[in-house]
Amino acid sequence: MRAAPLIVGAGPAGIRAAMTLVAAGLRPVVVDEAPACGGQIYRQPLIPDGRTPAGRYGSEAAKAMRLHTEFAELRDRIDYRPGTLVWNLALGVAHLTRDGKSDSIAHDGLILATGAMDRVLPVPGWTLPGVFSLGGAQIALKAQGAAIGRRVVFLGSGPLLYLVAWQYLKAGVNVVAVLDTAPFTAKLRLAAGLLLDPRTLLLGLRYAAELRLAGVPIRFGVEKPEINGDGRVDSIGWAEAGRVGHLACDAVAFGLGLKPEAQLAELAGCAFVFSERDRVYVPLRDRAGRSSVSGVYVAGDGAGIMGADAAEAAGERAALALIEDRGLAFDAGRARQLESALKRLSRFRDVMAAAFPFPHDWRIADDTTLCRCEEITAGEARAAIAQFGIREINRLKAVSRIGMGRCQGRLCSGAAAELLAQETGQGIDAAGRLRGQAPVKPVPLSLMDRISEVAE
Amino acid sequence: MTGMLRVDVAIIGGGLVGTSAALSLATSGLSVALLDKGFCGAQASGVNYGGVRRQGRPPEQLPLSQRAHAIWPELAKKIGIDGEFSRSGHLKLAQSEADMAALEAYAKAVAGHGLSLELIGHNGLRERFGWISGSIVGASFCSGDGHANPRLVSAGFATAARRAGVQVFEQMPVENFTAIGGGFALETATGLSVRASQVVNCAGAWADRFAALAGEPVPLSRIYPSMIVTEPLEPLLTVNIGMEGGGIYARQVERGNCIVGGERGVALDDPDFSRPTAEGATSIMNRTAAYFPALAHAQAIRFWSGTEAAMPDRNPVLGLSATTPGLIHAFGFTGAGFQLAPGVGEVIADLVRSGDTETPIDAFSIRRFLPVANKARTEQGSSAVPSTEPQKTGVPS
Ligand SMILES: Cc1cc2nc3c(=O)[nH]c(=O)nc-3n(C[C@H](O)[C@H](O)[C@H](O)COP(=O)(O)OP(=O)(O)OC[C@H]3O[C@@H](n4cnc5c(N)ncnc54)[C@H](O)[C@@H]3O)c2cc1C
Ligand SMILES: Cc1cc2nc3c(=O)[nH]c(=O)nc-3n(C[C@H](O)[C@H](O)[C@H](O)COP(=O)(O)OP(=O)(O)OC[C@H]3O[C@@H](n4cnc5c(N)ncnc54)[C@H](O)[C@@H]3O)c2cc1C
Repeated sequence: MRAAPLIVGAGPAGIRAAMTLVAAGLRPVVVDEAPACGGQIYRQPLIPDGRTPAGRYGSEAAKAMRLHTEFAELRDRIDYRPGTLVWNLALGVAHLTRDGKSDSIAHDGLILATGAMDRVLPVPGWTLPGVFSLGGAQIALKAQGAAIGRRVVFLGSGPLLYLVAWQYLKAGVNVVAVLDTAPFTAKLRLAAGLLLDPRTLLLGLRYAAELRLAGVPIRFGVEKPEINGDGRVDSIGWAEAGRVGHLACDAVAFGLGLKPEAQLAELAGCAFVFSERDRVYVPLRDRAGRSSVSGVYVAGDGAGIMGADAAEAAGERAALALIEDRGLAFDAGRARQLESALKRLSRFRDVMAAAFPFPHDWRIADDTTLCRCEEITAGEARAAIAQFGIREINRLKAVSRIGMGRCQGRLCSGAAAELLAQETGQGIDAAGRLRGQAPVKPVPLSLMDRISEVAE
Repeated sequence: MTGMLRVDVAIIGGGLVGTSAALSLATSGLSVALLDKGFCGAQASGVNYGGVRRQGRPPEQLPLSQRAHAIWPELAKKIGIDGEFSRSGHLKLAQSEADMAALEAYAKAVAGHGLSLELIGHNGLRERFGWISGSIVGASFCSGDGHANPRLVSAGFATAARRAGVQVFEQMPVENFTAIGGGFALETATGLSVRASQVVNCAGAWADRFAALAGEPVPLSRIYPSMIVTEPLEPLLTVNIGMEGGGIYARQVERGNCIVGGERGVALDDPDFSRPTAEGATSIMNRTAAYFPALAHAQAIRFWSGTEAAMPDRNPVLGLSATTPGLIHAFGFTGAGFQLAPGVGEVIADLVRSGDTETPIDAFSIRRFLPVANKARTEQGSSAVPSTEPQKTGVPS
């Protein structure tokens, strides 16, 4: 008897993948670190907080409800393990941990739907209490029903900037300003997106319009942001078209788009390619989501940032590929349909990337912390690059300890690669990527091993 | 990079062995080209456990080890950084009375080598190293041993070599070398060719290829020692820890992280890279928690492994080629070359300059692996010494 397939992640991509496998008569194992399904965008509250789904998910409430319900209906037909981290992958085996216990699962077919995390570039003051990533600010609202402050500034680039600012506004928080690092002219590119995904685009415009109507200042072309405060955020300063701006606030939500959580794909041995659009290496995949390793599929934002609707389509498409590769009957027409939807959404992502560009020429000041875990400043990194003649990011890590701390570079490796590229005058792709190793997140030394086999 | 370069010495491999030899040779006025297929120090020399110990080595390695021992405290002078070298002492633990007897026997066997070993009983351990589990029977302490940061030491030697005038070529794999008219021609994958009077083969786990090119096939195998590292913790491990009979080895670095090694990893699809197994890493973690109870709740943040050349008798190959004048071999350190490397670099420099060295290295001659027919023709053919290394499992520490 063949072992069951394993899906890592119960966000939109993982949920759709599970539904598709179940429909084909398989009984997948679904593992997610979070205590409940939904992933990042449709994350559920830790404890009921009295809000309605519409209050929590806004315009996306219907989609959230549908996915939550449909996943709940799968309960008896899948082996669902919430609150469980996949900390390592070896050939055909995944290592899990939950409550300090370790477990391993043999599987046949692996769908990685691990989603994304915020991308940040260090700015002066970014490590002050009161500074949160944009996604973190949203999770606080969604999962805990709490705001990160009373007077919040939103800083960065990307569609989440306006969405989260708007969600805070609706939650009754004082949104002090939206500071967009992209110039206003970039937003004109959005027109090209109207035909590709009019709903998402119009929603975005509505968020901006409502923020404006509520009197929230929106600034474009924001440069050299500087978060100030003594022990806690009290204000933010920036430059803008030759002028300087300054506002008092008690919290800052900051993000420059997202980056895929791809450590498991690396542990699975998947080949990676550089994505110009995401400015990072992403797992190589075909249109169906097959990685370079047979039996391993990647779907959703974990394979390259495409958003929640694309994640649903990609999860279903990857599951169809697994079904086909297993020699079971699959719906080829549906597969083609999903592929063309994904193609359109990818073109939409191109438009979004042009409208919310990453600030390429961002210069990180020498005294700004670059690696938060190891407390290494940008200046120390530059000195190490010069002293040891470094051109490659794993070497930079070796001589500077950047990326060697608790987060193993999840947070800082993007910024370190940007800095290394700047210092050496090469493209960020040439700086390379940090080699990944287990564990994906820290595990206790007293981790106990308990072996279990899961069969169909 | 294409073209042709003429130098006195070409060195294949920019690990610690190659860079320390290069530094020593350049300092004595020779022109040196150092070629590495990747980046200097990115292989075993930069990713090892960081144990700088003499204790536990077989007696025939001790003179070489002592030569290196004298260099370690001088790193700041030699390469400009101290590489976080700490003479913390190396404490080798006994889990049983039999282990303790083996430690006592070792101390007797190496008594003439100046290691100043101190045997410590159970009560002594409880008093001086109370953080070690009471299940440990006793230990042998070598106060002159210690540990250092391999990432910094290897990068430091490479940088110092470059400053001393060594022409360092990274991402430039040597593909072939041939002896021509009293010297050598080296061909690289990128088209650069190097003419040199002498060649040093210190290509680590890849050195067997170059030995074979010289008609000296060796039984080199690759091993992948596994490491885990914790988050930074309060100071606890005051010494570098090893265990009689293998097991784990542990040290705490300046930053506070505890590094623990043991077990063996597996090669990846690209066999130049490797990874610990989950079972191996879990076993290291569990044993660490058992031997050092205060670490039970510490968290491991990363596992890793490295690629190391191992010889069947656990001694390196170090010395002149048996077939090719002008060729020097230095590889196969079998999990224990980090401490030796600075000494090995000097020995290589001696051999280049004079064809000889005062440090006894006969036991490491490549002749011990030559087919018997060849061996009979060489006078040092009997120099292969069976290993007396008491660490049976061959773990580095
Ligand atoms: C903080 C945050 C907030 C976001 N908010 C929005 C939003 O409001 N609107 C929007 O359009 N997009 C949002 N996004 C973008 C989001 O990535 C996508 O919209 C969508 O959630 C992607 O779906 P997915 O299924 O690919 O991944 P996700 O929804 O991210 O789901 C991945 C799941 O995998 C689990 N996982 C990952 N690694 C492991 C592991 N090693 N072991 C076990 N489980 C693991 C995670 O716990 C997670 O539940 C947000 C992203 C982030 C990071
Ligand atoms: C995980 C681990 C832990 C260890 N722990 C310890 C310890 O605690 N104490 C101790 O004393 N020893 C330890 N060792 C052993 C020690 O690290 C090695 O013995 C020592 O570093 C060997 O140095 P080297 O220069 O010979 O090899 P390497 O550092 O491997 O250098 C060889 C170099 O040759 C290059 N090369 C290969 N092929 C070519 C080619 N075709 N052309 C050009 N260049 C080439 C490689 O890229 C590499 O940089 C450990 C080893 C490992 C892997």
